[in-house]
Amino acid sequence: MALTKKDVEHVARLARLALSEEEKERFTSQLDSILGYVENLRALNTEGVPPTAHPWPAVNIWREDKTERLQGVERDELMKNAPDREGPFFKVKKVIE
Amino acid sequence: MSLHALTAFEIAGRVRRREVKAQEVVEAFLVRTHQLDSKVQAYNEIYDSQALQQAKDVDAKIAKNEPVGILAGVPIAIKDNLLIRGEKCTCSSKILANYVATYDATVIQKLRASDAIFMGHTNLDEFAMGSSTENSAFRVTKNPWDIQRIPGGSSGGSAAAVASRMAPISLGSDTGGSIRQPAALCGVLGLKPTYGRVSRFGLVAFASSLDQIGPFSTTAKDSALLLQAIAGADSRDSTSIQKPVPDYGAALTKSLKGLRIGLPKEYFIGGLDPEVEQAVRQAVKALEALGATVKEISLPHTDACLSVYYIIAPSEASSNLSRFDGIRYGHHTTGAANLLELYEKSRGEGFGPEVKRRIMIGTYALSSGYYEAYYSQAQKVRTLIIRDFENAFKDVDVIATPTTPTAAFKPGEKVSDPLQMYLSDIFTISCNLAGLPGLSLPCGFTQTKLPIGLQLLGRPFEEETLLALAHQYEKDHEWNQQIPSVT
Repeated sequence: MALTKKDVEHVARLARLALSEEEKERFTSQLDSILGYVENLRALNTEGVPPTAHPWPAVNIWREDKTERLQGVERDELMKNAPDREGPFFKVKKVIE
Repeated sequence: MSLHALTAFEIAGRVRRREVKAQEVVEAFLVRTHQLDSKVQAYNEIYDSQALQQAKDVDAKIAKNEPVGILAGVPIAIKDNLLIRGEKCTCSSKILANYVATYDATVIQKLRASDAIFMGHTNLDEFAMGSSTENSAFRVTKNPWDIQRIPGGSSGGSAAAVASRMAPISLGSDTGGSIRQPAALCGVLGLKPTYGRVSRFGLVAFASSLDQIGPFSTTAKDSALLLQAIAGADSRDSTSIQKPVPDYGAALTKSLKGLRIGLPKEYFIGGLDPEVEQAVRQAVKALEALGATVKEISLPHTDACLSVYYIIAPSEASSNLSRFDGIRYGHHTTGAANLLELYEKSRGEGFGPEVKRRIMIGTYALSSGYYEAYYSQAQKVRTLIIRDFENAFKDVDVIATPTTPTAAFKPGEKVSDPLQMYLSDIFTISCNLAGLPGLSLPCGFTQTKLPIGLQLLGRPFEEETLLALAHQYEKDHEWNQQIPSVT
């Protein structure tokens, strides 16, 4: 099963990545060879084997449902990293046309 | 002896006993760093004035007879994917080139409490994805033993900084070998702790079920000291484990009599450089002389590790890196027509080729129609790999392998062929998949004077045994004390 440029375009859209034509060509062949490499997993019998998502059994750790200020960080400090803002708000493109 | 040749343990002792001021220590390391780093390029940024200020603060505490921490006055280099409040954290990516951290990672808070001094942020493969630091958006770090060669990666800057004694210790992160592989190639010790031993809060996430922060050092004693400073449960990382932190320093001298070491036959295969194999087998003999017994073992699913890793790690990465949207922080494209284009262009412009490649693999493996065949199957095979280790650890206490199949390679040799690059992690990946602790320690040099590393893997939370082996091996083997001339 060979990967096509169309597949790459579909995945890039899902991943929200703008790719150049040259990148699409390159990724088509590179991803194809990487996916070819990992094919060896299909031959392994995993019937009845539970999947591992995490090295140790994960348990929920609860805390009080109240806000905590992390290390005294102020909103202004956080907002300084925003590339586009207006007052105390992040500025985004129109979401609903 | 010049200050740069001292270990962290020695520096902290001298500072505490007032034999040297923290300021003198930091000045000496800064002078050396400015002499060497134009060649080595280990650092993304050097924090001269902040480091001097921290040193003065430590000296002031000592002058007032206030108690100081276990790393008092010890310079430390920090991988540039760990947040230090008020400093940039770039992950060596264009997308975070101007990002300033608004809080400290837990390990950074713990280091502050230990009175360590932050020398700077070190270079890495972008978002810790790579094995050579060639994937950095800013610079390629050089191997201090031969600046024509790469230092390994992804924590190449942290490894090179310690190897060239620009700092006695440093922190890295290890997702598939990113501490142990560069440690081996640069001739220093690198420890990936058991998953959950160290809080990941404030580490920019790559693959959350595999990532772990750990120390680089030139001695086992310093590894123990730094691990002591950073280990422990953290309410801000629910995957950190509520388990008491042992006294790692006290464990260094524990008896190795009767300790059983396993050599997995699947790790001594074609593709393993004969010089590397010889040095590793020699080192294992030396461990036998310390009282250990050695036997051959089998880890039958070794062949599948790389495939499992290159499905699981990119899948988790594609999810983790979805936070980079060009809105809340990070690179923001100009002139996007709508929201979708803003996401796509900001990310397309901000991420480098390897990061894009991994996001693409991960997104594909998780996408509808392929999830079962790729991601789900990889998770099941991960279980089989873990069972291999559980079985092996019924017969042996420690597993010894080469850390890497070859010594340091040259830039450009593998970067154009992703699969070739991935193969340089072939011996280090299983440890992350199984969550085990793993230590790489120097065990020799090639004829052309390139370092070789021995990897020791232990049962979960048995870092003490690995550190004891390394410490007792070091007594008769001084590979770790050699300092490259950097020319």
